[in-house]
Amino acid sequence: MAKVEIRSESCKSCGYCVKFCPKGVLAVGEKVNSKGYEYVVPVNMDACIACCICARMCPDAAIEVYK
Amino acid sequence: MEKVYARTKTIQDDKVSGFCPGCMHSTVIKLIGEVLEEMHLVDKASCVLGIGCCGLHMDYIAYDNITAPHGRACAVATGIKRSNPDSLVFTYQGDGDFASIGLAESISAANRGENITVIFINNGIYGMTGGQMAPTTLIGMKASTAPKGRIAEEHGYPMHMCEILNQLTAPSYLERTSCNNPQNVMKTKNAIKKAFQNQLDGKGFSMVEIVTSCPTNWGLDPLDALTYIEEKMLPEFPLGVVRDK
Amino acid sequence: MARVFMKGCEAIAEAAVRAGCRFFAGYPITPQNEIPEYFARRMPEVGGTFVQGESEVASINMVYGAASAGTRSMTSSSSPGVALKSEGISYCASARIPMVYANISRGGPGVGSIQPAQMDYFQATKASGNGGFRMRVFAPSTVQEAVDMTYRAFDYADQDRNPVLILADGVIGTMMEPVVLPQMKSDEEVAAIKESKKSWACIGHELDYAHRAWIQPGQWSTAVQQKCNEEAAELYASWEPEVEEYQVEDAEIVITAYGISARISKSVVDMLRKEGIKVGLIRPVTVYPFPYEAYDHIDYSKCKAVLDVEMSIPAQFVEDVAVAVKERCPIETCLCSGGNIMSRDAVIAAVKKINEK
Repeated sequence: MAKVEIRSESCKSCGYCVKFCPKGVLAVGEKVNSKGYEYVVPVNMDACIACCICARMCPDAAIEVYK
Repeated sequence: MEKVYARTKTIQDDKVSGFCPGCMHSTVIKLIGEVLEEMHLVDKASCVLGIGCCGLHMDYIAYDNITAPHGRACAVATGIKRSNPDSLVFTYQGDGDFASIGLAESISAANRGENITVIFINNGIYGMTGGQMAPTTLIGMKASTAPKGRIAEEHGYPMHMCEILNQLTAPSYLERTSCNNPQNVMKTKNAIKKAFQNQLDGKGFSMVEIVTSCPTNWGLDPLDALTYIEEKMLPEFPLGVVRDK
Repeated sequence: MARVFMKGCEAIAEAAVRAGCRFFAGYPITPQNEIPEYFARRMPEVGGTFVQGESEVASINMVYGAASAGTRSMTSSSSPGVALKSEGISYCASARIPMVYANISRGGPGVGSIQPAQMDYFQATKASGNGGFRMRVFAPSTVQEAVDMTYRAFDYADQDRNPVLILADGVIGTMMEPVVLPQMKSDEEVAAIKESKKSWACIGHELDYAHRAWIQPGQWSTAVQQKCNEEAAELYASWEPEVEEYQVEDAEIVITAYGISARISKSVVDMLRKEGIKVGLIRPVTVYPFPYEAYDHIDYSKCKAVLDVEMSIPAQFVEDVAVAVKERCPIETCLCSGGNIMSRDAVIAAVKKINEK
C-alpha cells in the first residue's frame, strides 16, 4: 500500500512526475487550479510503490508520498 | 501510513513558488532545503540570493536570506562568512549573475578560497529580464538580444565556469550536475551536501554548477526542455566532478 | 588624555577600530590608501577582518554582507571609487543596513586628479546611489574632528540602521595632526553590539517563517515598498543638522564653507577681524542634513554678501547655501578646483572685494 498526495494549488502541470513515474500512477488531470493549471492527479494509485521519484522531480514541492 | 517523502519545511508552507512551470530553480531550492534539514543546518544557513529569478526565492524559503546586487553575491557572502564564520553561507546565482556581471567577484572569491558554497544555476539564458543572451548561451541558441542565435564570431563561445575556476589553485570542489532526470536530481542533491560539508570542514570554496532549463525563455514545453538539456546543453556542459581536493 | 600625532587616514581607521569596527574591505585609490593599509595591520590585533576587495564594488558589497551579519563594518575610497560603491551604498540604505564609509575626496570629474578637492558635494548629499535615499554626511575640518565623527558615525549608523558618510578630502586624509583618540571599546562591548543585532542579522535562525532574517534591498509589493520609503523619509526628517557659527551676529560679510575650506576660512575671519572687517563664518558640520536655519541668524540689514568658499568648479555647495539665504543678500563665490587647495590669500581677496563695494 502506498499513495501520493498532491497539493493541487502548487502544481503547475509541468508533467515531470507523470513522465518519470515508473508505474503510470499519475496523469495531468482535467480540472484547473486557481492559477489555471491543469493539475496532476493519481489515476492508478494501486500501482504506486512509493519510490518517490515523482516527488523528487516535482519542482514545486507539490507531492508528498506515503507508504 | 508513514510519510516517506515530505515537503521540506525550509519552504514556506503556504507559498507557491513564483517560477514558471518546469523551471528547475524551485527544484534546486527544494534540494538545498532538504540538505539543510538532513544536515541540521537550517538555523545556521545564510543564503545570499543573486538578482533575477533567484530573487523569487526570497519570500518562498523560510530561512535567513539576503539579496545581493547583481553579480555581487560572492562578495556579500565573503563579508558574512568572514565576520560570522559559524554560519553556513551559500550563494544562489544564475549564469548572468555569476558568470557575466559578477565574474570578478566570482573568480576572486574562488581564488581567495573563501569558505563559502556557490550554487550556480546554468540555464544558458537571462530569465527574469526576458531571455537575453547569457555567457553560457549555446552557439546557435536564440536569445532576445541574439535574435539569429549566438554567433561565435560575434559573441564568443559559452563559458564553462567549472573549468575556468579549475585553473585556480584554491577552490576545493567543483562539480557540474543537472536536474533533468531522477538520477541527476539525486546527484545534484549529493553534490550540494558535499559542498556544504566542505564548508563545515573549512575546506574553502566549493561550487556546484547545475545545468537546468528555462522552458519559458527557451520557448519550449517543460518536457521538450528536458530533451534540450540532454541533447544540447549536456554535450556543451559535460556533467561530473571537475575538482575535488 | 594623551595626544598622538597621526595622519588623517590612519586616525580615521583607528577611530573606527575603537568604535568597534571589526570588518573593513577596501580597494586602493589615492589619496586614501593609508586607511586600508592601516586596517590591514590593525584588524588582526583586535580579532577583526580586513579584506582587500577585487574592486570598490566588491568591497562595498563585502561590507554589505558583514554589516548584514551584525558586525560594525566600514569601507573607504576616494571620489571615482566612491562612485563605484554607489550601488552597494544604495543597497545598504534600501535594506536598512548600518555601515560607515569615508570619502577622502579628490579632484573630478572622471579620474580627475589625485589631489584634494570638494567635488563630490552633490554625490555625497544628493545622490550617493540610485533611489533617492539619504544619509547623515559629516564633513570634518580637522583630523580631530574626523576622528570624533568616525567614532560617532557607528552609533548613528546602528541607531538609524542606515549608512553614514564621512566626507573628508585629501587634505584631511593626508595631513598629520595631534589628536586625542576616543576610548577603545572593550571586546565585551563590541560583542554586545553585535549581539543586539542578532534578531535581524543574516546569520541563521531557528526555522520560523516570521522571524527569519530577511535582508531586502527591495520589495516585491509596491505597497510595502512605498511604506518602506515613507518610513525612511520619516527617519531622514528626524535628523538634526550640526553647524558651527563663528562671529556671525554682527558680520557684514559671512563666509560659508565646509571641511578644509571652512578651516582655511576661519583663519581668514580671525585675520580680517583684526583689520576691522566684520567677517563671520557659517560652517555646516553635517552637510546632510544641511543646517539651513543657521543662515537665518545672519543680520541681513548689515550683511553685504555671503561668500561661498569651496574647492569645486562649478560650485556645488552654493546651491544649498542659496536655498538657505533665500535671496536676502547676494551670494559671491571663491572657488578653486583641479586639485588645488584653497588659498587663504584668495579668500582674503574675495572678502576685501566685497567689503570695498
